[in-house]
Amino acid sequence: MANLEINIGKLQLKNPVMTASGTFGYGSEYSDFMDISRIGGIIVKGTTIRARQGNPYPRMAETHSGMLNAVGLQNKGVDYFISHIYPTVKDIDTNIIVNVSGSTIDEYVETAEKLNLLDMIPGIELNISCPNVKEGGMAFGTSCLSAAQVVREVRRAYKKELIVKLSPNVTDISEIALAVEGEGADVVSLINTVLGMAIDSEKRKPVLSTITGGLSGPAVKPIALRMVWQVANAVKIPVIGLGGIMNAADAIEFLLAGASAIQIGTANFIDPTVTIKVMDGINDYLDRHKFKSVTDIIGALGDI
Amino acid sequence: MLDLILKENKVLSNQYNLLILTSAGKMPDILPGQFAEVRVDGSPSTFLRRPISIHYVDYELNELWLLIQVKGDGTRHLAAMKPGESLNLLFPLGNSYTEPSNLDANVLLVGGGCGIAPLLYLGSHLKNKGFQVSFLLGARTKDDLIELCEYQRFGNVYTTTEDGSFGECGFVTQHSVLNDAPFDHYYTCGPTSMMKAVARQAVKTKARCEVSLENTMACGIGACLCCVTDTIEGHVCVCTEGPVFNITKLKWQI
Repeated sequence: MANLEINIGKLQLKNPVMTASGTFGYGSEYSDFMDISRIGGIIVKGTTIRARQGNPYPRMAETHSGMLNAVGLQNKGVDYFISHIYPTVKDIDTNIIVNVSGSTIDEYVETAEKLNLLDMIPGIELNISCPNVKEGGMAFGTSCLSAAQVVREVRRAYKKELIVKLSPNVTDISEIALAVEGEGADVVSLINTVLGMAIDSEKRKPVLSTITGGLSGPAVKPIALRMVWQVANAVKIPVIGLGGIMNAADAIEFLLAGASAIQIGTANFIDPTVTIKVMDGINDYLDRHKFKSVTDIIGALGDI
Repeated sequence: MLDLILKENKVLSNQYNLLILTSAGKMPDILPGQFAEVRVDGSPSTFLRRPISIHYVDYELNELWLLIQVKGDGTRHLAAMKPGESLNLLFPLGNSYTEPSNLDANVLLVGGGCGIAPLLYLGSHLKNKGFQVSFLLGARTKDDLIELCEYQRFGNVYTTTEDGSFGECGFVTQHSVLNDAPFDHYYTCGPTSMMKAVARQAVKTKARCEVSLENTMACGIGACLCCVTDTIEGHVCVCTEGPVFNITKLKWQI
């Protein structure tokens, strides 16, 4: 039994397996299938200052080895989270991280301030990369200037662990990562979904109500892996890797590329117990290769 | 999440197969209207699970029936399964149709196309509870009007075909029974245009009407928020708040 514990900044994780925002609800959706406290961290659904209805149906299109979604941050708002959801998640023995999104910098800051007051929420993940909202979201994450600006303002308001989730829909993701690191981000997580599109040829119409949507699943894994490797080589802060991880072998590739932890997203939809299988698989791998700790394989590609 | 074993794969027509599944353990309790998320193995273009209605449950024989309409690669793979193979199911999911409060209620179960699937189990459930059940089933042609004898076990069966090859000619919503006899409670599943027409009939006669939606979905357990429908309470997940909705809750233009 290898040691799977890992610290990411001030966050102490039992193991490097986390769940990606928007794919694991608030955890309770999965508690019939597994002991969710075994997970290293749960990033709960994107939360905004006010309730959002999200985009109209259809919001999803299956693709080869993946899916497009255009949910558009449907959530009941941060006040509802604090009054109704926080009491049900605060005693789960894992890191509950809230993903935060907004249309303006003020909205990000206001939401972060409210979450800063919750003792049992050790960190937030700033979503500057959602491709499915008209204002804000990805717009902040696609230029160094705006990414730096929003992180700077949130950093002033938020005292605990600040993770910034990066968009792959940029020319050079390392530049954005460096920009947010420079403004005090503690961790970066990447990648959010890749902007894509699906067309129904019979109807001669786009499948999604929003025309474009975010691609996730194994289809994006090589892109995600490349970007994690690039960012891990560019910044000094820890990197959380995600994008199409379906099993332990995928997760180990991200750790080898330089991620200190990983998130599992779309795979939860196919196997609700996949997180447990990935953590067991990482342990088996470490034992088989005679590593004592998961920290031994982070960025361990040797000289290349 | 359970692995079930395929006991029998019955070819019902050139587009419908009946999968009869069994389990080593006892089948869980399943309510009429619930569904399963079926994992399709071995089809590279099928990434997500397929939401499939529970067609029928035989607790004595420990059987779960799924009616498969071959539409794409996923359902083609399911229809090609051989007895003895296993199928991974996440079930039972979703809510259920609700029983009328009054045993004298005159109920009509209206299904079109593959939408007839949940109505067999619903019909058996209602009959067991002592209700008088009638089915109104529609299909394009006689060949697609499948399993009529199964439905006849639980009530009267009225039929329509679009080409007039069996039963009354036209759509289910044009069948004379809708105009001849008033029903107190309509249960329906099928194409949206058909369900809306049934809903219109229910509104006209002040009857209760429950519809089952089949929005495309990913997780089936309320996590991904992909399958939402617009209701008087805003967007809700069809997989957890539905698939069955009373029409008074939906924002349908009826």
